[in-house]
Amino acid sequence: MQSMKKVIGSIEFGILSPQEIRKMSAAEITIPDTYDDDGYPIEGGLMDKRLGVIDPGLRCETCGARAGDCPGHFGHVELARPIIHVGFAKTIHRVLESTCRECGRIKLTEDEIQEYMKKFEVVGDRKKAKDRLIKEIHKKAKERMVCPHCGAPQFPIKFERPTIYWELRKDEEGNEYRHRMMPSEVRDRLEKIPDKDLPLLGLHPEKSRPEWMVLTVLPVPPVTMRPSITLESGIRAEDDLTHKLVDIIRINNRLKSNIEAGAPQLIIEDLWDLLQYHVTTYINNETSGIPPAKHKSGRPLKTLSQRLKGKEGRFRGNLSGKRVNFSARTVISPDPMISINEVGVPIAVAMELTVPEKVTEFNFQKLKQRVLNGPEKYPGANYVIDPEGRRIRLMENNLEIIAEKLDIGWTVERHLEDGDIVLFNRQPSLHRMSIMAHRVRVMPYKTFRLNLAVCPPYNADFDGDEMNLHVPQTEEAQAEAKILMEVQNHIISPRYGGPLIAGMQDHISGGYLLTREGAYFTRSEVEQMLMFAGIEVEELPKPDKKENGVELWSGKTIFSLLLPDDLTIWYRNKLCDDPERCEALEKLIEEKLVPDEEEVRKLAYDGFTYILNGKLLSGVVDKKAYGREDGKLLDIIVREYGVERARQFLDQVTKLTIWVITHRGFTTAIDDEDLPDEALDRIHEIIREAEERVQRLIEAYRNGELEPLPGKTLEETLESNIMAVLAEARDNAGKVAEKYLGMTNHAVIMAKTGARGKILNITQMAAMLGQQSIRGKRLYRGYRGRVLTHFKPGDLSAKARGFVTNSYKSGLTPQEYFFHAMGGREGLVDTAVRTAQSGYMQRRLINALQDLKVDYDGTVRDPSGIIVQFKYGEDGVDPMKSWQGKTVDVDRVIVRTLLKVRGRR
Amino acid sequence: MATKKEFDVFTHELVPEHRVLSEEEKEELLRKYRIRISQLPQIKASDPAVVALGAKPGDVIEIKRKSPTAGYYYYYRLVVED
Repeated sequence: MQSMKKVIGSIEFGILSPQEIRKMSAAEITIPDTYDDDGYPIEGGLMDKRLGVIDPGLRCETCGARAGDCPGHFGHVELARPIIHVGFAKTIHRVLESTCRECGRIKLTEDEIQEYMKKFEVVGDRKKAKDRLIKEIHKKAKERMVCPHCGAPQFPIKFERPTIYWELRKDEEGNEYRHRMMPSEVRDRLEKIPDKDLPLLGLHPEKSRPEWMVLTVLPVPPVTMRPSITLESGIRAEDDLTHKLVDIIRINNRLKSNIEAGAPQLIIEDLWDLLQYHVTTYINNETSGIPPAKHKSGRPLKTLSQRLKGKEGRFRGNLSGKRVNFSARTVISPDPMISINEVGVPIAVAMELTVPEKVTEFNFQKLKQRVLNGPEKYPGANYVIDPEGRRIRLMENNLEIIAEKLDIGWTVERHLEDGDIVLFNRQPSLHRMSIMAHRVRVMPYKTFRLNLAVCPPYNADFDGDEMNLHVPQTEEAQAEAKILMEVQNHIISPRYGGPLIAGMQDHISGGYLLTREGAYFTRSEVEQMLMFAGIEVEELPKPDKKENGVELWSGKTIFSLLLPDDLTIWYRNKLCDDPERCEALEKLIEEKLVPDEEEVRKLAYDGFTYILNGKLLSGVVDKKAYGREDGKLLDIIVREYGVERARQFLDQVTKLTIWVITHRGFTTAIDDEDLPDEALDRIHEIIREAEERVQRLIEAYRNGELEPLPGKTLEETLESNIMAVLAEARDNAGKVAEKYLGMTNHAVIMAKTGARGKILNITQMAAMLGQQSIRGKRLYRGYRGRVLTHFKPGDLSAKARGFVTNSYKSGLTPQEYFFHAMGGREGLVDTAVRTAQSGYMQRRLINALQDLKVDYDGTVRDPSGIIVQFKYGEDGVDPMKSWQGKTVDVDRVIVRTLLKVRGRR
Repeated sequence: MATKKEFDVFTHELVPEHRVLSEEEKEELLRKYRIRISQLPQIKASDPAVVALGAKPGDVIEIKRKSPTAGYYYYYRLVVED
């Protein structure tokens, strides 16, 4: 647990030089074996104790630490002959081709060198442009067959995968012959390249000399990186890397002794190639052109490259994403009674997840009790950490002893308790609202509970969704989560600058039922609903009226109790269908600014919401008040009274409206769409008329009397005319239905307040479905000239092309049902295709943009400091803190100032 | 199509105003944002607007764009060879 704090200032990448490899080596490895017969590491072998230890009980000979504490140390192998590093084989080829075989200079004239140096300066850190320049230089230098510096003739170099180079030489008579360049020759050439030419080859003279790409010394990774495993049967199984290193050392030794014995060149070269093969597969066992090295069982070995590459590799599997402790996952379910920034955590989870808490004089008693409770009894603790940093597991038998020893300076890893900060997440984590900080609320049963209003940011529902929970373990992490990530900080969406966490469905219908004109409640009802919603009032306001000796409060008065008492706002809401009444009220407000309440009450209209100094005087609250995307009231509260007040408001308003809707009762059924006979007759009449008009249009088309619209063919003109007629017919039928279904109808309440559904859905239930379409056209596909065999080929009439005259209530004919299915299928295909496409687009966008950041000077830059925007968003405005995208809402500022000047109330 | 040469890109409503910065303005710009010349966004010398201006690689172009959020917005680009 104890560690020094260090900050990484920068990271440099380069190639290890032989000197560096030797310098960091703890031991030279010469014996191609691991353990002796007693299972003890062989000195000079691959498990040498100087490379670190993995067996318990042994001590590392380099650092003296035991297994687990010793990080391991590198060793090295002195290769008998140089070996090409496969990873650099292509680069070596390029460098060889670009430089002179005699003097080692880059094959460019001095002028060209100057020119390219300048170009590199312009390019700076742009990787793409840099690569292009390097490629260009390579191409130019490669084609020079005479060195511009020493005049030596040059030969083309052929590269044969993976590690062989041929020089296509010519002798004096002009006969071509191939010369195999062994790695030692390659290395000699690379050594000759002067430092000053290296930048043009894309190399750094100090960090990556080209000759280092040919290995003379091979680093041997520490044993801790390649531990051997002991199976139950007692047999040791070595790591794949160790196997490969054994091969390398064995062949290296053979090569060495052969050279010393003066063996024939042919044998030496064979061994050399074999060593090259082993080193190549040691680095990358998926090198194309050579067979992969295999285990005895036939499984290909997992060597260095394979450890890093791919989804399960070190980078994607262990660094970009990793498994974590202090996390939990379970099914979610709703709980409207907890706050939006709370999360219900099952006791079983709370007893497994812990928070480290330092013992101080203030929490000593509490934590002592936690320790005494131990791991089995909630609220308890699972571990304690003493001042020396030792972690002690709490168990039934040591609770009292440890509780007695507990003192200031210790740390107790106590169970999760109410009020702890945790991170809550649902995949796919597409935006920042997919992970938010919540307060813990420990609860019975086995699901995570969350408030309904936070479903939209997570895109969660309760059909079996699971979510994750993480417990920040340090005070810094907890503070950061609290300040930046808590739910209330995300009520306003940065996407469209309106509320994302807001009232939904029942909250909106309930809000209407509570605040509409004529909604009055008795004392006991008012007391109950305020209690339920957790609204604390010193005293009930004066009753709005008295009927038969019963005191009654209007819903508007009750709703006003939730509002900040200096809040003023007015707007047309979704119910406004009489613009004149709205205008009258608007005029009054704008003229007087602080009008007399009585005057307002006289003009009060459900369609126009007016809140003056925290009192709802006119209009209902609906989706425009605290609904998603366009909740103006909620928006204002967040911006003018802060997120904490907004959270409180949202918690209270949802609970209050839920009380209202449950106690008043709110249902909808098919008889909600019952229409009187006269209405049905009207609708039938409309349908008949429309069909007739369509018939006339077809007639006109057949007789050639139809005038084509500009830019359209005759057929297209007919289609669009028919579509217009039919759309109008459906609208008219809808209007008829609407006339007979008033605000006493629950389906209508839902549609008009914006709680759920549209008027169109009601029309389709009550009056008729209307035209079904695919890609915005009437249905036409199926058989030749007709959609179904029930119609005559070429029948263009409304009925034959997917016009459904029945409603969901009256029931569809088989043909209509099929048309409906056709239209419905398009919708399904669309959503499926859209999610796949937008998901991919999102991924690409995020990959491209993830490293951009806004600097302190307001510029948007990439990590190398290249400017992308000179001012963030061109105006430097944070969309989440803006007013509908603008820096300030001037009108609002004026209204606020005037209200202040003219005095409230 | 024969009159292609005569077309002036700056008369098109979608093409914003372009201007070549003087050496002093260039210095000032680099000082203001504390950047090296290579950290500026780039524009190819073959870009029609750059060709029309007659700017050379190494010049900095100021583009005055209409912005839906800020009214007008100035963008700077370094002319580079293509």
